[in-house]
Amino acid sequence: MTSKFRTTRRRVLQGAVAVGAITSAPSMFSIAHAQQQSLKIGLSMPQTGGLAAGGRASQLGLEIWRDDINAKGGLLGRKVELVIYDDKSSAAESPAIYAKLLDVDKVDLIFAPYGTVQTAPILPLAKQRGMVLIGNFAFQVNAKVGHDMWFNIAPWGPADSWASAFLDLGQKAGGKTLAVLASDQEFSQNVAKAAKDVAAKRGIQVVFEQNYPPTTVEFAGIIRSLKAAKPDMVYVTSYPPDSAGILRAVNEIGVGDNVKIFGGGMVGVQFSAVMENLGSLLNGVTNFNSWLPEPSMFFDGTKEFFEKYSKRAIEAKVDPLGYYLAPFGYAQGQLIEQAVNAAKSVDQKAIAKHLRENELKTIVGPITFAADGERKESATLMAQYRGVTDKNLDQFRTVGKQVILLPERLKSGELVTPFEALRK
Amino acid sequence: MINDSGGVFETTTGRGWGVFSVELLIESIIFGVLLGCFYCAVSIGLSVAFGLIDVPHIAHPAFLVLAAYCVYILNDTWGIDPLLAGVLITPLFFLFGIVVYRLYHAMFEKRGSDAAVRGIAFFFGVAFIIEVLIILQFGVDQRSVTAPYIGKSWRILEMRIPIRQIVAFVVAVSLTLALTLYLSRTFTGRAIRAVAQDEGALRLLGADPIRIKTWAFGLATAILGIAGALLIVVAPVEPTLDRAYIGRTFCVVVMAGLGSMSGTLVAAIILGVAESVVLTSFGASWAPAISFSLLLAVLAVRPQGLFGR
Repeated sequence: MTSKFRTTRRRVLQGAVAVGAITSAPSMFSIAHAQQQSLKIGLSMPQTGGLAAGGRASQLGLEIWRDDINAKGGLLGRKVELVIYDDKSSAAESPAIYAKLLDVDKVDLIFAPYGTVQTAPILPLAKQRGMVLIGNFAFQVNAKVGHDMWFNIAPWGPADSWASAFLDLGQKAGGKTLAVLASDQEFSQNVAKAAKDVAAKRGIQVVFEQNYPPTTVEFAGIIRSLKAAKPDMVYVTSYPPDSAGILRAVNEIGVGDNVKIFGGGMVGVQFSAVMENLGSLLNGVTNFNSWLPEPSMFFDGTKEFFEKYSKRAIEAKVDPLGYYLAPFGYAQGQLIEQAVNAAKSVDQKAIAKHLRENELKTIVGPITFAADGERKESATLMAQYRGVTDKNLDQFRTVGKQVILLPERLKSGELVTPFEALRK
Repeated sequence: MINDSGGVFETTTGRGWGVFSVELLIESIIFGVLLGCFYCAVSIGLSVAFGLIDVPHIAHPAFLVLAAYCVYILNDTWGIDPLLAGVLITPLFFLFGIVVYRLYHAMFEKRGSDAAVRGIAFFFGVAFIIEVLIILQFGVDQRSVTAPYIGKSWRILEMRIPIRQIVAFVVAVSLTLALTLYLSRTFTGRAIRAVAQDEGALRLLGADPIRIKTWAFGLATAILGIAGALLIVVAPVEPTLDRAYIGRTFCVVVMAGLGSMSGTLVAAIILGVAESVVLTSFGASWAPAISFSLLLAVLAVRPQGLFGR
């Protein structure tokens, strides 16, 4: 009985090994083949967790670029392969992923994930290894690290550009006093602080300042106090869960006819699900954005990109509009495409030199980098929502729903004041 | 400090400052009462489950969020009014409550005196599973419902009161009244209170305390159907919203004195008014600290709670 069992077990093991060898042989062969042939770009991406909605749209943009470049024969005659791991929107995950990408997967180039928190811990690693790092919407992460091979695709530009643009618009409309409403977490606090600094420099009086904890669920009381302070301009730096609560309370309580401009740094209202959800509550809000379907925003390849994106977004179940991040995912690829072709190799120094010294053409417009690796000139849009109706996502594909007020070169309209006028 | 605009006080705190007038104070009290009623509606189920039958129901806010998502499905798919949807899901939640209590009883309560401690772990696990299931099904995005009373307000003189808050007020008062009557006038209701007071004596009378407790827990969970509807009417929901409510709901129930329904309403209103006034005068950052400061103060003076048994 025992010996029979042993025989059986041995046979089973032999069989398993044989089957394993047969099935893994082609894949081992293909890995060896791919290693010889493909040019690998490694990155982490938030595919789960709080930033997943943005991360997956960004990744799809990059994948469309990969398919386009491979259809043209690849880079340096090599097929482009993306090696992507999920960082779960967590700063604790990304350092280990990038160490693996460089040491185990031996990737040729690295891109940063979407998100400031996961990018911050990998910048020192990239600097230490002498790798070019193409940033993806991180906010002011290189200010302290000072990596000279960091190039951020985000349109931010200088740290105070959002606040300056917002206050430019408000002051032009006659605004003299400011209210600042900010979520009590790091990103929002940084953005709010920049606004207060700019206001102080310009002699704008801050008449109301309120930080609210991220657990706040009811904003009517806060909006009531804000209204009582009678500000001319209201700068809001909120996170996705709060943006809806704030706008709803504004609709119910009102902020007064003296408010000329409202918004500025609200995160979340750039995503399809939130926009559809809020609908007409968005009207009148002037907020930062990265890309919008206004005529001034179409460059070489932009239209074709969105035709492909709209089709693939449905299959991939990601943000159906994808304006905020997806074209920048594609543009990240375009940066590296131009630099690698110019350097005729994946030599990191040569790639960095090309990116630093040249104007680069992308589907989100021409890009030049400053010494800190951020955009030399901010391309952050300040746009005002107008004529938005409820429960209709397709309306956001049309011109005029989010009118670009700044920067001047991309402008598609003027600020309509007072804020409440567009909400009646 | 008296401002030039006449009779307006400005209070300055470390991080933020607001303008504070008598008018604003009255408004913030009225608003606090409405907010408190909403807190009562989301806590009263816990007052039955934890206050009366001693189940350490940490998963209460997670059940609440689950109910809100059920209401969302009914509203989004068939356009059913959120409050009606809340009423429609109560039988389902009643059954769900019975199943959960039976599991808890069989695995923990039956086995001994440290049931409460291990029960916390059980309910924490249940809450976590619910949260993950919601994320898998709906993703991390916020969800909200549409109804004629959402996003509009009533104007009384210069004051504007959100109608959704008035809806919360009416529902909370009705729920409290109905539960108080149920627990004092009906046979089962009295039996639930008897279980809370002396389980052994009830057994001697020939009644089965476990059946009574199962019924009570089912009832506590069923109420969450309506409370969940209020939750999504008052503000959009997201899968991890339960964490924002866990402190507040337990605070209300403990402050009220375990098991008192009218006490729950009073305690919730005190909490709502305190939060609202502090928010208007000192800033929103201080508001969450209020619930626990109040709880500590009440427990120091009256350890059995305001209306404790």
